[in-house]
Amino acid sequence: MRATDLVKWFGEGDSRTVAVRGVSFDAYFGEMLYIEGPSGSGKTTLLSLISGILKPNSGTVLVEGEDIWGMTGDQIANFRLNKVGFVFQDFHLFPRLTTVENVAIPLILKRLDWDQSINQALEYLEIVGIRDRAALPPVKLSGGEQQRVAIARAIASRPDILIFDEPTASLDGDTGRRIVEFVKQNILNDRRCIIIVTHDSRIFEYADRIMKMEDGRIVGIEQGGKGEE
Amino acid sequence: MLFETTKTGKLSDSNSLARSDAQWLIDMTGILRIAYKLLVNDKGKFAALLVGITFAVFLMVMMTAMFAGILHRSSATVHNVGAKLWVMDPAVNTPANSIPMPDYVLDAARSIIGVKYAVPLYSGGALVKLRSGVYQSVTVLGLDDASLFGRPELIEGQIEDIYAENAFIVVKDAEFPKLGNPRLGTEFELNDHRGVIVGIAKVATGSLFGVPTLYTTYNRALQYIPSTRFTTAFILVEPKDAAALPYIKSQVQALGYQALTRDEFIQKTSDFYKFQTGVGTNVLIMTVISFMVGLSISGQTFYTFILENLEKFGALKAIGAKGRELVFMILFQATFTALTGYGLGIGLASLLIAAARLRLPSYAARITFPTLGFAFVMVLIIAGSSSYIGIRKVLRIEPFDIFRG
Repeated sequence: MRATDLVKWFGEGDSRTVAVRGVSFDAYFGEMLYIEGPSGSGKTTLLSLISGILKPNSGTVLVEGEDIWGMTGDQIANFRLNKVGFVFQDFHLFPRLTTVENVAIPLILKRLDWDQSINQALEYLEIVGIRDRAALPPVKLSGGEQQRVAIARAIASRPDILIFDEPTASLDGDTGRRIVEFVKQNILNDRRCIIIVTHDSRIFEYADRIMKMEDGRIVGIEQGGKGEE
Repeated sequence: MLFETTKTGKLSDSNSLARSDAQWLIDMTGILRIAYKLLVNDKGKFAALLVGITFAVFLMVMMTAMFAGILHRSSATVHNVGAKLWVMDPAVNTPANSIPMPDYVLDAARSIIGVKYAVPLYSGGALVKLRSGVYQSVTVLGLDDASLFGRPELIEGQIEDIYAENAFIVVKDAEFPKLGNPRLGTEFELNDHRGVIVGIAKVATGSLFGVPTLYTTYNRALQYIPSTRFTTAFILVEPKDAAALPYIKSQVQALGYQALTRDEFIQKTSDFYKFQTGVGTNVLIMTVISFMVGLSISGQTFYTFILENLEKFGALKAIGAKGRELVFMILFQATFTALTGYGLGIGLASLLIAAARLRLPSYAARITFPTLGFAFVMVLIIAGSSSYIGIRKVLRIEPFDIFRG
């Protein structure tokens, strides 16, 4: 994925706020890329621009050579459905559905029939290690288990790009670390890129690269991992 | 590996866009199942929605059913006598308030080209004294002596017996017990005249005013009941064929009277109760209030339901759900709730009417197809209005808002 000269502002005239100022970077299959920076630095906006959620005022986002912002509304929805998986900070699981039905949602949106979707969702719950919780509603699960459900839902559509928004913000330190370690070992592969927005320096050790943002700009890219720079 | 991304196809895959509408609907079954579970698994809100719509439908159906029953019974004589054409004074609004016509009108009607036959009908009220000493008001219908045109169907006795001395036929309807459940041969007094029950009849429609009905001959009715100068309440006309009706009506009009077909007379009676008595206005007001109550309860509850799920709908959008899919989900939820509430409301109204009839045989309410259709349209308006509010909210939510919190 290649982002080039991305610019995004909100409001007009005196009230205009520039959130992202000419950001360019590449992300690669097989890597875990962190976007780190203080609150208001433009991380979440950047995440939205590259995942087909928020249209930039200028700049391009190429995924496998194709500019996603040249697509129609339906095409970009299909892009999000087929190529991007989201793990939201608050998980956004449906409390009225069972765990397995939550995971099956992207498959159902892809028009797989119900039974097929549920069966595949069960396999993804197996991958994240909570198949035995399939019939429970998410509210009956712990925070870490809910995070795993969100991960299972995100990977159910077999996306190329996985987006995590503050994955440890709703979890205690140990659980957060275990989740990220699990993602690195079991979800990341050479056909998938994982982009994580985080403040949490305790999980920096799992990053391949850490992109630092300040005031809407990239101010540095470091190598991640323990003791690496 | 299961979670390995496949590399087939372009990013801008538009296969789904090329699908036919029918296929699109079939493919939507999974999404609708999600919508259904989101709705019914929220038991509190679903129950509140159902209560709102059921209550509204129940009230609307009861109001309109009651009115339909009153209108139907107000034309009971017209239904039961069954003449094709009724001649009357133009000022007559209902079969119950006849204005007697002079005899020459009957002769003139008989002489109109296209009239097969025309007979007089007496309709009036009288007071019956039962053997127990109790007085009871009755409606007396006097049938033409020669033809007995408009006679009811007998369930006991012979119609020829109506020519016997003091003979009357009683209608076995909801008011029948008020005459002490008479049998063949039961005697009573009518304006100090002796009367005898010689037949028990059944009719299609019970009367509106809660008094029993007696049939006798036209001449006996005149003999027993004090009358005015003119005595013919209605003239019942049988045309030779339907094509003769317009000419007959015009000739009757030239005489200064009015000839109405059965349906026209029923309509005129209905219009009188609807527009000239205040009953129609009151029922309309109550129906509108019922509709507003249902709309406000279900609209407010559905709005709260959407608000509580708004972030989830935003998350669905972020995941890749299209706006029209979310609209379809909301419409399905609103329609499902509306139709379930409609069924429950109709069922509840039917149960109540059936239960009321067990205790009150003369209970007039009747559920008709127009009543059902009216309530159905109203409930669809409630569903449409409720979902409109939700759809606006859901279409406005941006996936970016989910990230931004």
